[in-house]
Amino acid sequence: MTAPAPPADVPARPSASAQRLIATLGGFGALAGLLIVSVFVVTQPTIRANKAAALAAAISEVLAAPDRYDTLYVTADALTRELPSGANAETAEAVYLGWRGEAPVGFAVVANGSGFQDNIRLIFGYDVSSAQLLGMLVLESKETPGLGDKIYKDAEFVAQFSQVHAPLVGVKEGQGNGLPTELVMITGATISSRAVIKAINATLERVGPLLAAYDVQEPRP
Amino acid sequence: MSPAKKPPPSQELIKGIWRENPVLVQLLGLCPALAVTNSVANSLAMSGAVLFVLLGSSLLVSSIKRIVPTDVRISTYILIIATFVTIADMILEASVPAVHKELGAFVALIVVNCIILGRQEAFASKNSVGRSLLDAVGMSIGFTLTMVLMGTVREVLGNGTFLGYSVLGPNYEPWVIMILPPGGFLTLGVILLVFSWVKRRSAARDKVASSIGGPAVQEAA
Amino acid sequence: MGDLVWILVSAAVVNNFTLALFLGLCPFLGVSGKVETAVRMGIANIFVMVLTALAVWVLNTFVLTAAPFLRIIAFIIVIASLVQIVEMAIKKLSPALFRALGIFLPLITTNCAILGLAIFSTNRGYGLVEGLFFAVGAGIGLTIALVLMASIRENLELADVPDFAQNMGLVLILAGALSLAFMGFAGLFSAA
Repeated sequence: MTAPAPPADVPARPSASAQRLIATLGGFGALAGLLIVSVFVVTQPTIRANKAAALAAAISEVLAAPDRYDTLYVTADALTRELPSGANAETAEAVYLGWRGEAPVGFAVVANGSGFQDNIRLIFGYDVSSAQLLGMLVLESKETPGLGDKIYKDAEFVAQFSQVHAPLVGVKEGQGNGLPTELVMITGATISSRAVIKAINATLERVGPLLAAYDVQEPRP
Repeated sequence: MSPAKKPPPSQELIKGIWRENPVLVQLLGLCPALAVTNSVANSLAMSGAVLFVLLGSSLLVSSIKRIVPTDVRISTYILIIATFVTIADMILEASVPAVHKELGAFVALIVVNCIILGRQEAFASKNSVGRSLLDAVGMSIGFTLTMVLMGTVREVLGNGTFLGYSVLGPNYEPWVIMILPPGGFLTLGVILLVFSWVKRRSAARDKVASSIGGPAVQEAA
Repeated sequence: MGDLVWILVSAAVVNNFTLALFLGLCPFLGVSGKVETAVRMGIANIFVMVLTALAVWVLNTFVLTAAPFLRIIAFIIVIASLVQIVEMAIKKLSPALFRALGIFLPLITTNCAILGLAIFSTNRGYGLVEGLFFAVGAGIGLTIALVLMASIRENLELADVPDFAQNMGLVLILAGALSLAFMGFAGLFSAA
């Protein structure tokens, strides 16, 4: 890594001292930090508000426009209003309890599953007492355009999620027995349809008991 | 370098568009050119972010070129670029959350986009602030034109739309593969082949009399 | 356990880093002329990716929890320094290994596959073990893509290609065909 020595008559740039190197990098590091933090402070409220608005819109969609909702954090054995100690408000798993006036509408729950191409993330509304779904909205997916993306573009398929009962059973078109748990899958996108069904069933299996055990009449703080 | 030897400033702007087009000639920045050009809107957002980062970094690098010791040159440039990328990422997330979600990790990956570091090392570190800015704008225009060209081809063929508006009518059966990853490779491949064919044809024209060169090259195609 | 296998296979073939996510295109186009070079590049990449996964986990768990907005800067600096240090260590400890893999290491640092790995695994919230499986899978995927492309290009040398097509245009079309073939892996691990 030794550079050839510059000819003596050329006033070469002197090799910088270690202090100068550290000072330069430190100086630019500080400048970079300052710039980033100031932009962060300016943009953060908008980013937070955008995220909150997107979440509220999704909950409104799957719970048929409730007046308001409570955020409940999922712990190993219960739902709690308070953020469990040590958890991060942005990453902790939560479910959302919607209210219309003084009556609870149902829970909005986020579910994940592996689809045809990549993970599918969705939110669905669920009424515990009747085990009925209230709606479903795909939040993220990379399913094949024209085929798998029907899980959110096909209105008929999506509409089924506002009346089907858990646990869901996927059936092919024209092969069902008319049971309330049956969900007609999309022709040509069976794998994506099954992925949605599986994600919802698996999530309900896990958090369903917690939802059922939660006392919705618990006095609000 | 004496000022007399330098090309006129307008040349610094124009060269990036055709003669030194970053994607088509220098084959730099292929990763975003392929990954986010599945729609015209994404191409534009990505180009905007690149323009911002390239302008900011060129401005800063060309104004500090005298005070940065050679040994920490690259580290300083990367630090500066990463700062502007972080800022661009936050601004995009705050102003257009939907596009930010579509672009995903590829905004952050502008840091390792060779166009940016390449221009700092090859141009901004050796030229005046004004010329560096012209160079940055020219390169960004060249990048943007290529991105929009790819985005247009892929969105029109793969989805039948341009910027979301239907252009090929409801009866068009979308060529879905174009908005999927293979479509990116194929589109850029075809563009590069056409580009090199055009260049060779004009080179052949310059060399041979047009009556001989023209038909011969057309035959070869 | 099934999840870990899914992470590995998904990164290696279903969502192949190069052919589906366009990461690591520089080595894919630059060093895919010979199979032997491609294999070495691939192995060096797996190695750096595993290192990156470790570094990312440490940064995300202990350093960046308070300041997530410094993520991009922290990743690029830490990864670059780490690779530099490892390069020096290998040079000292095993000159043979250095001759085989060492020249690729500096090239890899500014490769979008590495930073891409760091950012993807952060966005997906992977822990240490998941991150390591993801890194190995991604590295294997990159190696597969590199070796396949190198094999095709070695054969291409013998083919009669029109003059104007003897450049990256043709390589990209071939990559398109490979990418198309890899789409066939989609659905491999889906709900059956």
